[in-house]
Amino acid sequence: MTWDVALILGIDGLANGAVYLLAGLGLVLIFSVTRVVFVPFGDIAAFAALTLAAFETGRLPPTIGLVMVLAALATLTEVGSLLRRGEGRKVPKAILAWGVLPLLPCLLAWATSRPGMPAAVQIAVTVLLVVPIAPLLARVVFQPIADASVLVLLIVSLALHFLLSGLGLLFFGPEGSRTQPLASGSIALGDGFSVSGQVVLMVGAAIVLSGLFFLVFERTVAGKALRATAVNRVGARLVGIRPARTALLAYGSASLLAGLIGVLIAPVTTMYYDSGFIIGLKAFVAAIIGGLVSYPMTAIGALAVGVVESFASFWSGALKDVIVFSLLIPVLMLRSFMSVHSEEEEDEVDQ
Amino acid sequence: MSLLRNRNFWIGVIVVALAIAPMLAGNFTVSLLNDIGIGALVALGLVLLTGIGGATSFGQAAFVGIAAYATAWLTTTQGMSPWIGLLFALLLTGLSALAIGMLTLRLGGHFLPLSTIAWGLSIAMLFGNVDALGRHTGLSNIPPLRIGGWSLADPRAIYYLIWVLVGLAFLFSQNLLQSRPGRAIRSLRGGATLLASVGADAYRVRLTLFVTAALFAGLAGWLYAHMNRFVSPSPFDVRASIEYLLMAVAGGLGQLAGALVGSALVLVLKNGLQDVLPMLTQRAGQLEAVAFAALFILLLHFARGGLMGFVRRWTRGRFSAAPAQASATPVEPLAHRTLPDRGSPILTVTGAVKRFGGLVAVNDVSFDVKAGEIVGLIGPNGAGKSTMFNLLTCTLPMTAGQVRFLGQDIAGLPQRTVARLGLARTFQHVKLRPHMSLLDNVALGAHSRTNAGVLKAGLRLDRAEERQILQEAQRQLDRIGLGDRAHELAGSLPLGTQRILEIARALAADPVLLVLDEPAAGLRRKEKMALGELLRKLREDGVTILIVEHDMDFVMKLVDRLVVMNFGSKLVEGVPSAVRADERVQAAYLGSVV
Repeated sequence: MTWDVALILGIDGLANGAVYLLAGLGLVLIFSVTRVVFVPFGDIAAFAALTLAAFETGRLPPTIGLVMVLAALATLTEVGSLLRRGEGRKVPKAILAWGVLPLLPCLLAWATSRPGMPAAVQIAVTVLLVVPIAPLLARVVFQPIADASVLVLLIVSLALHFLLSGLGLLFFGPEGSRTQPLASGSIALGDGFSVSGQVVLMVGAAIVLSGLFFLVFERTVAGKALRATAVNRVGARLVGIRPARTALLAYGSASLLAGLIGVLIAPVTTMYYDSGFIIGLKAFVAAIIGGLVSYPMTAIGALAVGVVESFASFWSGALKDVIVFSLLIPVLMLRSFMSVHSEEEEDEVDQ
Repeated sequence: MSLLRNRNFWIGVIVVALAIAPMLAGNFTVSLLNDIGIGALVALGLVLLTGIGGATSFGQAAFVGIAAYATAWLTTTQGMSPWIGLLFALLLTGLSALAIGMLTLRLGGHFLPLSTIAWGLSIAMLFGNVDALGRHTGLSNIPPLRIGGWSLADPRAIYYLIWVLVGLAFLFSQNLLQSRPGRAIRSLRGGATLLASVGADAYRVRLTLFVTAALFAGLAGWLYAHMNRFVSPSPFDVRASIEYLLMAVAGGLGQLAGALVGSALVLVLKNGLQDVLPMLTQRAGQLEAVAFAALFILLLHFARGGLMGFVRRWTRGRFSAAPAQASATPVEPLAHRTLPDRGSPILTVTGAVKRFGGLVAVNDVSFDVKAGEIVGLIGPNGAGKSTMFNLLTCTLPMTAGQVRFLGQDIAGLPQRTVARLGLARTFQHVKLRPHMSLLDNVALGAHSRTNAGVLKAGLRLDRAEERQILQEAQRQLDRIGLGDRAHELAGSLPLGTQRILEIARALAADPVLLVLDEPAAGLRRKEKMALGELLRKLREDGVTILIVEHDMDFVMKLVDRLVVMNFGSKLVEGVPSAVRADERVQAAYLGSVV
């Protein structure tokens, strides 16, 4: 391997790392606020990529159907739980919030699906269209069992991934697709060496978004509510923060991140209905490096995962994922070695 | 009627039905039953691990795969006997489980499952990319099993081997749960501190359990390879692992039988869906995956107890196994410690300091406890009593100072080592296993006095020791006056009685020093009197007691000596009457008169 190759691989790794960084932020956000390890995160990113591909070919994206089905289920769940609690007068508002609001992006998408729309509009609508997915899923699947053990939530989350990837196959079909590059051209780095605009865009987006993330967390009330819920659910509740609402906010932000990842990655990788799983899992490796709580460590982990992946794919394309996952071994060893005794009451799964 | 309520009768019916099934059923049904048996083996491991032990694995199919590929490789390319293949398969699965467990089990709850997802994906990818393992085409022409000169190539022949192994695995697990290691496994969910307080290491218990579950999966993988005589990567990926977990959840994680019921339920349903769905749609395969995932989520929402959970509710536990009980004929008691002579120092605390960041919770406290006395550690709220308690029992590490127990410096030792030295404790917030009987809860206390392991317990080679343990547990229950309620569930007792039960558990460890954390809290007057009576009786028997308490009245009547703490420091030490008269103590409790 020459230095040139190493440099190319390094830059490639940086671009990968940017994607895992965004995914890792979303995962850590959801986990810290809701204790849910949100495995379907990657699926949403894949759906976004496929949606954009559908727009580009002038088709109506099947995501609309998916969002509508989820909205219907969420409305039923919400209305059902309102009626059970005898709060019937809140039903119209619930229908508006859960049934009608998610349909707005669908309407937009329907209007956008004609050929000849500018790419920027297509991208914006794609991201908007996937934003409701995670909150709707959370309302139907996670909110009714919000107090279950981490273990149960994790099992549900993994089952949900298989449900979504099955639905993905039904809605999008088995074909993969790749979209037009968002940024064309390249930037010369001297010595006849250049970085493609797409890579710059990916790294730039990651930096800007994580900066924004930091600002929101540090400077806004909503961000502080998220942090408070992450630190102590009961305590947050006592000062008037509604865990269900902060959870919704977390899911919404994560969904937004997933949508952005989808449109960023779609031009560089051929995406299939199930490509998201591996992306999500690698982001988990990054998140585990951060112990599932620390954002800066997750960022470092994401970069490490990206770089290792790009070098691994140079050595063995087939086994690159195995090599990335084996990164977990030293990380877990270190964590296990440093772990302090923590008293954790396990709850009963079967009760 | 009584026959219909007899658990053994029903087990017999199932065994007989399974024994004659191949003679009546067609080829398809026999193959399905074979698959169910293999699925049940894997699910059994998951019931033990997830349902009983509270940890889970999304890589069980990878263990099945490792075993299947191990034996397939050895028998096809090396031409060895499948029986050597069995040993090799189990060795390989056991070692991989050990490695994964050692990496992840010390960490919090979600590290194991997340790592097992990565592990499960990696293994399936490896199978598909290694030339020696046939890449994506897999390995074929695996020889059938032979017993003597008899070939088990026919599904009806291997049927009996599979189901005999399933039966043995269930017996093994059943024996395991009713034993010393089994009680530790069933207590895993009570937290690491509970196990450490009886001298057990939660990490090792969990690791053993994880390896055991993996070995069940390995056995299943070996059977799978020689039954299908062909292996390829796809049946061992994460999706398959989820299906095994679905079996365990659908059947019921709470009971061993759930593994069998769940395996049958899932596989029959899968077959049914494969028959029905193609009639409705062309995308049957995809819909099947969606249906299973949806079913799984619904189960976890509405029926976390699984099918056996419902069965148990309908039958109201009439079919549950007879609880363990002490044998009527006395056996030789467990060995006792020789207690130190009355009056010799047992516990010496010198200059104990504990800081939490800037807060000094315990500041330079020194006192000692002598054999045969009851010492009370008292003080107003926030005086640092509980922190002091945690320092003594090595639940918290000390910032500075020394604690000598029986002449040995114990500061910095793990809690379980201290427990094994003879320091037994109770908890301020009762830590009992609500779904275990009183007898089992107390028997857990004797953990450190005995040594039967998983293998011994599963093969019932531990019965002599087990009888000793149960006799000891019954003796301690008699001692605290709950002997006739040994088979009730600990969760059904009122709080006061639960506290006393914790004392019995501590006594079962044959302690030199008994440390009680607010034993009278939440007790009614009568219960307090009974507790005081019990503690005095224990003192006469030579047990030394250190009691951390709030209730002045209770302590004053009971103890020989008092240590009073305030604001983290020791205020006074002396006999109750002197302490009661001390102005500083009065000021600390009632406020200064100045």
